[in-house]
Amino acid sequence: MSVSPDNFIALSAVLFFIGVAGVVTRRNPLIMLMSIELLFNAANLALVTYARAWANNAGHIFAFLVITVAAAEAAIGLAIVAVTFRRTPFVDVDEVSALKG
Amino acid sequence: MIAFWILAILMIASAVFTVTARKPVYSVVGLLANFVCLAAMYLELQAEFLAVIQIVVYSGAILILFVFVIALLSSGVRPFDVGPNRAPYVLYPAVALAALAFAGIAVTALRTPVAVVQPTGVTGAANAFGSVGDFGVALFTTNLLPFEVTAFILMVAVIGVVLIAGDDDAVTGSRRKKRRPGRRESIVKTPNVTLSLSKGGPQP
Repeated sequence: MSVSPDNFIALSAVLFFIGVAGVVTRRNPLIMLMSIELLFNAANLALVTYARAWANNAGHIFAFLVITVAAAEAAIGLAIVAVTFRRTPFVDVDEVSALKG
Repeated sequence: MIAFWILAILMIASAVFTVTARKPVYSVVGLLANFVCLAAMYLELQAEFLAVIQIVVYSGAILILFVFVIALLSSGVRPFDVGPNRAPYVLYPAVALAALAFAGIAVTALRTPVAVVQPTGVTGAANAFGSVGDFGVALFTTNLLPFEVTAFILMVAVIGVVLIAGDDDAVTGSRRKKRRPGRRESIVKTPNVTLSLSKGGPQP
């Protein structure tokens, strides 16, 4: 490991905050979902980094589980977006307020 | 060493491009670049199996799903474009929070340095750290229950997607009416596509 784990963790944090910025500022549902994928990947990078640093593959297993959950989340999220868009075409997620009460 | 910095710059650039892109299709391209760079980063961290999984699952499955949904939603209807920009509202608090959290991470990392352990075995050998053999043994012995739970999660996701997005026939079990010949859905880019999409599924 020629590069210190701190650099990987810093990169992971930067990617995480870029993803958070995407979720918070963008109002296009698809780009918001993609930003959530960025968050998942940033967390995965941290897990794999510490797995390598401690030579313990439990981090790999957990990253694998995160990838699986991300796949399920993407499938369900995109299905919700598609169904909602089918009813009322929208561009801004704030337009979708049927469940607001 | 150099590979890390090149990959890091590429990953940050592609992530920024993903978040700031004008259309979702451009975001997908940026995300693809990010995932490929991340897979290379996994290789650098000796997580060979995860690198392959990253390419196959993320770039091969999830991104294709995104592309399909974009193609489905933006055909014929008005351009599925950006909404209003909310960045001015959240810019300063977001930057402050990010700086605070980043400083916290940096302080924590500097105060407790990680003693890097060298994994046993030759890199790239059959059962070395992070290889398929190593990963598979860990997954199917000590972590068998989480693996089974993963299968359950995927099954729940599949059922959920079918319930949410599938035809009503699939839910109620009613028999599907035969489609009349000659009244097929038009895939031509006309405003009518909006109507045929809003009815949901093929017209009887």
